[in-house]
Amino acid sequence: MASIEGTILDFKRLDQLARGGTTLHRIDARAKVLVALVFILSVVSFDRYALTALFPFFLYPAVVLALGNLPADYFVKKVALFLPFALAVGMLNPLFDREVMVRLGPFDISGGWVSCASIVVRAILTISAALLLVGVTGFPEICRALERLGVPQTFAVQLLFLYRYIFVLTEEGARSSRARELRSFGGKGLGIGSYGSLVGHLLLRTWMRADRIHMSMLARGFTGEFHALQPSRFGGRELLYLLGWSALFIVLRLRNVSRLLGSLVTGAPP
Amino acid sequence: MHMADALLSPAVGGTMWAASSSAIAYCSAKVRKELDERKVPLMGVLGAFLFAAQMINFSIPGTGSSGHLGGGLLLTILLGPHAAFLTIASVLIVQALFFADGGLLALGCNIFNLGFFPAFVAYPYIYKKIAGERPSQARITFAAVAAAVAGLLLGAFAVVLETVSSGITSLPFWTFVVLMQPIHLVIGIVEGFVTAAVVSFVYKARPEILQGPVETRPVAGHSLRNVLLAFLAAAVLTGGVVSWFASGDPDGLEWSIAKVTGKDELKGPGHGIHGMLTALQETIAFLPGYSFRKSAEAKSENPGAEGGANPGGGARKEEGGRLGTSISGIVGGLITLVIVFLAGFLLKRRSQAA
Repeated sequence: MASIEGTILDFKRLDQLARGGTTLHRIDARAKVLVALVFILSVVSFDRYALTALFPFFLYPAVVLALGNLPADYFVKKVALFLPFALAVGMLNPLFDREVMVRLGPFDISGGWVSCASIVVRAILTISAALLLVGVTGFPEICRALERLGVPQTFAVQLLFLYRYIFVLTEEGARSSRARELRSFGGKGLGIGSYGSLVGHLLLRTWMRADRIHMSMLARGFTGEFHALQPSRFGGRELLYLLGWSALFIVLRLRNVSRLLGSLVTGAPP
Repeated sequence: MHMADALLSPAVGGTMWAASSSAIAYCSAKVRKELDERKVPLMGVLGAFLFAAQMINFSIPGTGSSGHLGGGLLLTILLGPHAAFLTIASVLIVQALFFADGGLLALGCNIFNLGFFPAFVAYPYIYKKIAGERPSQARITFAAVAAAVAGLLLGAFAVVLETVSSGITSLPFWTFVVLMQPIHLVIGIVEGFVTAAVVSFVYKARPEILQGPVETRPVAGHSLRNVLLAFLAAAVLTGGVVSWFASGDPDGLEWSIAKVTGKDELKGPGHGIHGMLTALQETIAFLPGYSFRKSAEAKSENPGAEGGANPGGGARKEEGGRLGTSISGIVGGLITLVIVFLAGFLLKRRSQAA
């Protein structure tokens, strides 16, 4: 991450995308959370050399991007940021797994390279599923969905608190950090000593802020739960969304559609 | 130290999900019982504070590099184990959803690795034992470093175990351990010093904040046992169920679906979606040699070959059969990608026009 401010902006952008008004945004969050989980489970359940069988799964992120009217370049960039990590882990596979698995004309491709590529494809699919879930749902909605799916209320409520104050506190942190950087010279004063008291002060202010927040919430009749403005319900549309995608994922999991298509075109036995 | 979905198998991910969610349920009940109604907002706001603190870097003397706070131990010292565990879990959820730090399936693993060890092992058994009731600066520093190192090393070891037993990476167990442990020893020492710096600042400025969790909380031995028992029960239960379904066949999902529907999926054409697909495939596929089942049989002859750290010949045999089919697989894969791209593009055009 380049700068704190940049990170915060990036964070806010994703939060704002979730306020879109497409049909996909209006579907009950529970359906979307469950579909994302089924998707991820189907993708990671492939064996380690699966590669082309994973390609049809790109259909899900593509459709969600399109129907949710989300900016593709933003998500592609966000996912691309994490590819180096996936690649770094995957690159170790070719070192340990050298047996030839695929022959393409003069080139021999070892199992390690295939599984490395598989790790990268998995990473792209699972990361984009998580980011797109937030992009079409929004974090507060996801929290409420979790609560209605059985997550304990204490946990869900403090998750909502956390989310509300991330923006306030990260901005405060960014200001303190910038002030410290402006006062340092040649890298002096950026060490653990000043960091300890800087973060300590931030912590004390946070603590007192939490007290004030709680008191003013009590004064306004807070009883330990948040209420949604529009209570959404799990209707036929949601059921269709959930079952439709799940059925597709299971079919794609059991049949290698890529290979079927390829054998139709090339005429070779699959 | 965040694990990613890409390296996890569903069995490991699911087991850790069960373990972590039962711990969350237990800790939520515990926090609820404390009847300290200030606590829930405080937990949320401190979680947000951790985000802010993690974004601020400090320079590490003598290396020219910079680091940032992890914060698991700090939260535990401030809030006590149960509340801290919930807050760490929430921070990880936000990180997974917004920053793609660790995936959704990996959440169970990450919550366990980064939350359980600092909150229920390092804090009660190391930090509290060393720091004592009225800690001095030196004691706080020593206790924090020891606890942070222990927590991180245990967490890193858990990462190795979870990754290797998932069997997606080919990295051998010991190589992975040797790669992970020294790095996390260093990270742990730095984390310990930073935690000590913040804690001793708070201790000087507002000592009552730190005495809160220390005094009201009974010794953690009893509660730790309960948490451990819950973890163990959940892990054994899910692990047992999942591995029973998945045993002997690396393609666990396929196998368990056949089991659940009660039919060998290939023997029942005309039955549901599978049957329709099989029929469809029989009509459009001009490929008599195609047999999905052959490869499944080859796999089940060699149980566990997939899961081992050293991929044996079992998986190979089947892969050898795939060699000839690779061309059509690659061509088909490219076609699929093009179709997917076109579908997304057209849908986008339509939804923008609407």
